Amino acid sequence: MNSTDLMKQLPAQWSTFGPGFDWLFYFLYWMSVILFVGIIGTAVYFVVKYRRRPGVKAEPTGHNLVMELAWTVAPVVLLVMLFHWGFSGYISLTSPPPDALDIRVRARKWSWDFEYPNGGHSQNDVTVPLNRPVRFVMSSEDVIHSMFVPAFRVKRDAVPGMYSTLWFQATHTGDTRFYCAEYCGAADEPVTQADGSARETGHFSMGGLVHIVPQSAWAGYLESILRAPSHADGREFTPAEWGEQLYTQQNCNTCHSVNGTPMTGPTWQHLFGQQVPLADGTRVLADENFIRRSILEPNAQVVQGFGPIMPSYQGSLTDRQLDAIIAYIRTLR
Amino acid sequence: MATEVANAPSHHEEPDPNENYLKAGRGIWSWMTTLDHKRIGVMYLVAVILAFFMGGMFALLIRLELLTPGRTIMGAATYNRVFTLHGAIMVFLFIIPSIPAALGNFVLPIMLGAKDVAFPRLNLMSFYVYVVGAVFCLFSIVSGAIDTGWTFYTPYSTTSSSSVVSMTLGVFILGFSSILTGLNFIVTIHKLRAPGMHWRRLPLFIWGMYATSIMQVLATPVLAITLALLAMEKLLGLGIFDASLGGDPVLFQHFFWFYSHPAVYIMIVPGMAVVSELFATFSRRAVFGYFAIAMSSLGLALLGFLVWGHHMFTSGQSEFATMVFSGLTMLVAIPSGVKTFNWTATLYKGSIWLTTPMLYALAFLVQFAIGGLTGLFLGVLSIDIHLHDTYFVVAHFHYVMMGGTVMGFVGGLLYWWPKITGKLYNETAAKVSFGFVFAGFNAVFIAQFIMGSRGMPRRYYDYVPEFRPYHAFSTYGSWILAVGFFILAGVLIQSLRKGAKAPPNPWGSAGFEWNTASPPIFSNFAETPVITRGPYDYHEATEEELFDGFPEDFKKTES
Repeated sequence: MNSTDLMKQLPAQWSTFGPGFDWLFYFLYWMSVILFVGIIGTAVYFVVKYRRRPGVKAEPTGHNLVMELAWTVAPVVLLVMLFHWGFSGYISLTSPPPDALDIRVRARKWSWDFEYPNGGHSQNDVTVPLNRPVRFVMSSEDVIHSMFVPAFRVKRDAVPGMYSTLWFQATHTGDTRFYCAEYCGAADEPVTQADGSARETGHFSMGGLVHIVPQSAWAGYLESILRAPSHADGREFTPAEWGEQLYTQQNCNTCHSVNGTPMTGPTWQHLFGQQVPLADGTRVLADENFIRRSILEPNAQVVQGFGPIMPSYQGSLTDRQLDAIIAYIRTLR
Repeated sequence: MATEVANAPSHHEEPDPNENYLKAGRGIWSWMTTLDHKRIGVMYLVAVILAFFMGGMFALLIRLELLTPGRTIMGAATYNRVFTLHGAIMVFLFIIPSIPAALGNFVLPIMLGAKDVAFPRLNLMSFYVYVVGAVFCLFSIVSGAIDTGWTFYTPYSTTSSSSVVSMTLGVFILGFSSILTGLNFIVTIHKLRAPGMHWRRLPLFIWGMYATSIMQVLATPVLAITLALLAMEKLLGLGIFDASLGGDPVLFQHFFWFYSHPAVYIMIVPGMAVVSELFATFSRRAVFGYFAIAMSSLGLALLGFLVWGHHMFTSGQSEFATMVFSGLTMLVAIPSGVKTFNWTATLYKGSIWLTTPMLYALAFLVQFAIGGLTGLFLGVLSIDIHLHDTYFVVAHFHYVMMGGTVMGFVGGLLYWWPKITGKLYNETAAKVSFGFVFAGFNAVFIAQFIMGSRGMPRRYYDYVPEFRPYHAFSTYGSWILAVGFFILAGVLIQSLRKGAKAPPNPWGSAGFEWNTASPPIFSNFAETPVITRGPYDYHEATEEELFDGFPEDFKKTES
């Protein structure tokens, strides 16, 4: 990054809102520069010109009604203009076209779930088609979060108990970052990852990439999220291989180890087929049904020694994906 | 009859009314039970400076953590507590009481020609209420601190396991201190003006305090109610804000900002009030457009109540409400602009004396201009959507709160320092400290404007490498700023220990508070003054009134 890039006020713009936004932003910027230099330049000039000199007295202050009225009324014209431009921009931000592609977005501490029209899901990263209006229908499962895509110049809070919407139309293929913009806390302790390194999670880590793909690749993407991925040679993943991939894709690995280390949640090693002690003192056999229920209703049967803190994956995993995860856990016996 | 001004309250040990207030009564007990507005002002001053020091330390920790991406000195959970404490301490323990309760308490009655505020006992009580509130806040810090941000947004705050209740209780109590001070000032300004001090002659500092007090009295109860509801929801499970209990999380934001937006003006209007005095004294002429400045303070107080929704443009409030709040927010630019233009015009054909307080006033002008103009960006709806909750907002409000109010506070502190302590301070060293403060402050926050508009969200513990140069620059600036304040502390301590004795009117000001000894006598004036001119009428003031040496020397120059 060179020094001229560092001084640029705005990031690259990749949506239909970009050009209008950037024009208005730079208009405000240069207007402010001119007003600032004008006012402060005048003040500095006065400070130098009328500095204290022996024998020279200040002139008593007079009145100048015309000037006072002028600088009270003149800004009003400017303000009305600015309000108008800002408001029309806002109206387009809040008026998605009726043919927009809906993506259902669920926010929770500290990840995002995206549900596509065909029922497929992606976690943390989202894929959208180029040159097509996309509408996010958002909700939150816990506290207030906020979807912020700087390159699109859009932001909207995801609030528990209500739906909020945000729309955009991407004009550039590639990857751009989105963030959570509403403060939502952090984990008390860093999570020890499978490789032993510590990872802090929280508000600041609750973001990901928007992948913008050409419309020709869109249908293929939608299909791919429903079926098991394939190896480079075209051979489809086995259920256990897919489960291993989902283990990291779905962030299971932030709480469950596969090497026997207890983390925030119980380890998956040697789990399948065991009698597991529960928090209520009873024991249960860790079979397919127990694992399925633990993923969909995590707090129904909490394993002894762990807190009821896991979010439900109801609706964010397909049956085939659940099967794949169970198949993977079976291999860890 | 106005000569009956605030009878010095009956006291077990009646001090000599003509004795220096610092010497009228000795020992810690005479301070703790004092009803003298000057001593209460000094106690507030000590308290707010301690709070500023504490909040400043938290600020340095934030900047140090953000020097590099990832962990620098602390974990994420600690970082969240540190930035919350920085905000909460600076807002509730420092900036809100800083100018009104500390400087205002000291100067306001003297400017009016009164012996004390209208309710001296209430004044002392408000100080102790402040102390009790501060104790609860400190308790919250040692019992695990609070990680919600100073805004306490629900449902995060109702579900956070940090010590939210003791902090909100502390803030709840601090609010009453603020209300009592405001009430006291309103009554004092209405009832205890010396003969001849009619409304058109009120110093602009008093006008600013008057506007501030109205806001304190009307807005603070809403904060109290909001925090009480928050605590009840947390403790009793009342469904006010919790969506799963039928409440509305966004309702909290409406309640909170209904107080906290006026609170922004509770913070900035006193800064403007001080600066108006500084411009007049050090230009040796009346403030241009006196009436416009006075009315613009009241205008800001009124508008302050009508724009709270501009904190919530992305929250999901209705588009119609958003439109109305954006329009009303634009109007704030008018009184702000009027003040800025009038201060600049005051300099015209003045006789400008660049003392350290005047440098702070000019820094206020520069930084408030930047804070105000960037406020326009945030008032324009489509632009705010991108900038909301980014570092651009952080930089904007620090330019107003710190670049404005703190400059006004330090400028006012140095300006009235000889009056409060009876000691002069070293001007050269103070100017050096000003240089560091000015350069450091601007370095910290200019970098934050750029990273903010480029998309860096606020309250982030970690960031992508792209933002590293801006964060590093901002952190280096914070060190320069800290050096400036440490030099300033040294200047003031040196003045207290070894400073030369101050004459009654070291700046040669025409303001009425300089008509009494430095430090003032216990009853402020030997006899009730009769006001015959405005506070800035340099052309009507006598040579003796404007003389900047000791009175006995003036008589020598006469003979």
